[in-house]
Amino acid sequence: METRDFWLADAPVDLAPLRRRIQHDRAGAFASFEGWVRDHNDGRPVRGLRYESYVALAEAEGAKVVAEAREKFDLCGALCVHRVGDLAIGDMAVWVGVTAAHRGAAFEACRWIIDAIKDRVPIWKHERYVDGDAGWLHPESTPGTGA
Amino acid sequence: MSTVHLLYFASLRDAAGQGGESWTTDAADLRALYAEVQAAHGFALPVERLRVAVDGAFARWTDPVRSGSEIAFIPPVSGG
Repeated sequence: METRDFWLADAPVDLAPLRRRIQHDRAGAFASFEGWVRDHNDGRPVRGLRYESYVALAEAEGAKVVAEAREKFDLCGALCVHRVGDLAIGDMAVWVGVTAAHRGAAFEACRWIIDAIKDRVPIWKHERYVDGDAGWLHPESTPGTGA
Repeated sequence: MSTVHLLYFASLRDAAGQGGESWTTDAADLRALYAEVQAAHGFALPVERLRVAVDGAFARWTDPVRSGSEIAFIPPVSGG
């Protein structure tokens, strides 16, 4: 049983134990976000993708993101797991789950966590396109600023 | 002279043709080190678009190059 608040998984993730881990008698709200692999990006048909990570740094930075969310918002629990390796269309790439006494904090923290993960955690997406081409995604933005 | 171990990820790994290598340098700081490595491998990404990590923790480009350290150049991330 995984006990960390953020980790990288190299196989499909069973969500029931994750939900149980953040269940709490004080919690009146549970918000979750799932990122899925879609069949297109920037107008190009996508066949599948692979996530690569700098594992040690990604797991440390991801844990920091969840810890910061717990400080920022009034939460009962928060967890995030991100897939690495080869994924197919429709596969779940990332899951964020947050529980709180009320829905406001749960929604806000869930959004904040996924935004911070996308901004700060060293994970890279390699897309394979239907036309046979493939490439790494390195979004144009200022690193670590949320811009 | 310092000898460090470099780690490459994503497009930098493809451009370097390897996931990492040992590198001996006179570079005073991490920014100068990247300039050296970028020139050697023809990396397209400018330093402004990267972050840098030393021994598994984010570092500053102005940090000195410490012999024996493991240095990773972090291209723009695309998780999620």
